[in-house]
Amino acid sequence: MVNEKSFAPWDDPDARPLIRFERVTKRFGDFTAIDDLTLDIYEREFFALLGPSGCGKTTMMRMLAGFEEPSEGQILLSGRDIAHVPPNKRAVNMMFQSYALFPHLSVWDNIAFGLRREGKPKEQIEARVQEMLRLTRLEKFARRKPHQISGGQRQRVALARSLAKAPKLLLLDEPLGALDRKLREETQFELMDIQEKTGTTFVIVTHDQEEAMTVASRVAVMDEGRIVQVATPDVIYEAPTSVYVADFIGDVNLIRGTARARDAGPAPEPDAAAPEAVDPVPGAAAPLPQPEGRRPQPNAMGKWLHDRVLYRILGRRPDEPRQLPPPEPARAPAQPAPAPAATPEIPPGGIEIRWSEDTPPLIAANGDPALDGKPVVLALRPEKLGIARERPAAANLLQGKVIDIGYLGNISTYHVELPDGTMVKAQITNTRRVSRRDITWEDEVWLSFSPTAGVVLEE
Amino acid sequence: MRRAVLIVIPYLWLLALFLIPFVIVLKISLSDVALARPPYMPQLDLSEGWAGIRDFFAALDFENFVFLTTDDLYFKAYLSSLRIAVTATLITLVVGYPIAYGMARAAPEWRPTLLMLVILPFWTSFLIRVYSWMGILSNEGVLNQFLIGLGVIGEPLQILNTNTAVYIGIVYTYLPFMILPIYAALEKMDESLLEAAEDLGASRLSAFWLVTVPLSRSGIVAGCFLVLIPSIGEFVIPSLLGGSDTLMIGKVLWEEFFSNRDWPVASAVAVILLLILIIPIVLFQRSEDKAREAGK
Repeated sequence: MVNEKSFAPWDDPDARPLIRFERVTKRFGDFTAIDDLTLDIYEREFFALLGPSGCGKTTMMRMLAGFEEPSEGQILLSGRDIAHVPPNKRAVNMMFQSYALFPHLSVWDNIAFGLRREGKPKEQIEARVQEMLRLTRLEKFARRKPHQISGGQRQRVALARSLAKAPKLLLLDEPLGALDRKLREETQFELMDIQEKTGTTFVIVTHDQEEAMTVASRVAVMDEGRIVQVATPDVIYEAPTSVYVADFIGDVNLIRGTARARDAGPAPEPDAAAPEAVDPVPGAAAPLPQPEGRRPQPNAMGKWLHDRVLYRILGRRPDEPRQLPPPEPARAPAQPAPAPAATPEIPPGGIEIRWSEDTPPLIAANGDPALDGKPVVLALRPEKLGIARERPAAANLLQGKVIDIGYLGNISTYHVELPDGTMVKAQITNTRRVSRRDITWEDEVWLSFSPTAGVVLEE
Repeated sequence: MRRAVLIVIPYLWLLALFLIPFVIVLKISLSDVALARPPYMPQLDLSEGWAGIRDFFAALDFENFVFLTTDDLYFKAYLSSLRIAVTATLITLVVGYPIAYGMARAAPEWRPTLLMLVILPFWTSFLIRVYSWMGILSNEGVLNQFLIGLGVIGEPLQILNTNTAVYIGIVYTYLPFMILPIYAALEKMDESLLEAAEDLGASRLSAFWLVTVPLSRSGIVAGCFLVLIPSIGEFVIPSLLGGSDTLMIGKVLWEEFFSNRDWPVASAVAVILLLILIIPIVLFQRSEDKAREAGK
């Protein structure tokens, strides 16, 4: 989805949403499950509702399916208010968490159930069921009962059954929760594939952030009946707007301190939230490989030169699309990092964060100078940190002791304790074999990160 | 060793309390009536050794079974018992299913109480409960008094001593046996199945017919057999609540045994009744096996 540049109806002011939640509130007695929520979901989207249990995501899905009515506000489907339309009259189908396959019916009859309710002619039903069986690769199991097939197959039957009526909107309630990890990952790609083939709008509810990031075109992070942030997975990950989102999505180091505006350079970074290609150890990184079909981009140095100095003469570069580097950045191994003689150049502007008496402040060139004097949180993803035994040349340095090493095969996570007791995680791709790596428990190490590696968030 | 003992106990129980009595009844059904004590011939005389045993077996015959076919009273009684039992079972199903459904859909904290209320009548003797129905249904009974008091009827309805009273008695007595298995089946049903059916375009009613009823089938079958089997041979209810025209095989058997003192014929009636009952019991077990297999 990330690479599908053309598909971004949420950025198009003329696009009409398929679903619109308009100031929807849902109360159960005294408990407010959904609190004044407004949200647009567009056609062909794969939209994920992500949040911890009890955040209201399931209630939203049940309101879309018609099992709950909003206490206040409107839910529009293609512009029509569906708040009081019963579930059997909606062009919406749902794939249940428990799959809810009818145990007394065969796979074939389960898939045909919805079509039969429409009173379609027999040949049409047969053709459609065959098509669904083919789509979900279940042809061999058509005559079996649900208890005679495996969990993964059941999941596919549930999907086929809910897709059979060709709904405008398909709701998936924790669809992969019952599958083991390997099967879940395979199924995620299968789901995306089927979504693309059928062109149906999918709304998925999940508490698994990896799942949401993998499958969704946009993710809505929910907390206590509200939507905290709605954005594409990369923006959610790289540019969270709140500590809650930063903490909920993935691993993060949160460093609390006080902001102080830095001397502004000739032109302060206009868009503080834009994620940038990150370079944990300046000077050691290879240029990022450009995927095909992408227009050429200046390298980091050229870009800096242009944006900070030359733009006055040459004019601004067109805004680059918010794109992430490809999933496997050919980042140079972080260690050992021979310290370059010269200290790296630090872009001016932004803020510095004082967080400890004994250490120099951390520089966040992408921080908003307006935060001057306020308590802030610097959210740093572990993979944006470099780790080395020798002091590297970097804008931001932290010294500490390795307490723990989590070896995950492809990556290792180092838990480093700073002198004041703060634990910081750094994640390194294991490009070398274990025996060749030189950092081990109890080692004094340097953690380094670039001035734009973190995201500055208000407390 | 311990397992063997555990297995032997139920078999001994069945042998002593079911198989041996049955063999005795079968033997009496093959004997002849006699003015003696006990009132049938022949008696086994072991003092004469092998000759005695041979004479004993030689005297047994199927005369009584042949007799049952010559008088159509017995055939009619069997048929009428079956008809009454089947009708009463269907009524019990119609009454019991909504009760079981309501219980299964009740809030979980209410279910034990409701279950208790269904079982509560068992705490009173069955006989007393049937007697109290006489008090309710008789011409001067509570029901007629109430209806006359309301002005619905001018003169008392004749309910007691009719087949209607027998139906009321059977339905009342066996209702818990219908409710409990249906409740058990409905209670474990996943409610999201109904939501799924609705989501796929079924109305509430068709979701009930297409999902709830098929899924409670095992409970329905179990309940029906649990009501049908004892009501075919029912004796107390027809003799207390039924009239002179209520013909049920249990009553016939009782009369042969106590009024006519014809033990051999009474035994033959009992053996035939047992054979009739074995058919639904076997069917019941087969459906149970099937349900168990499907549940795996």
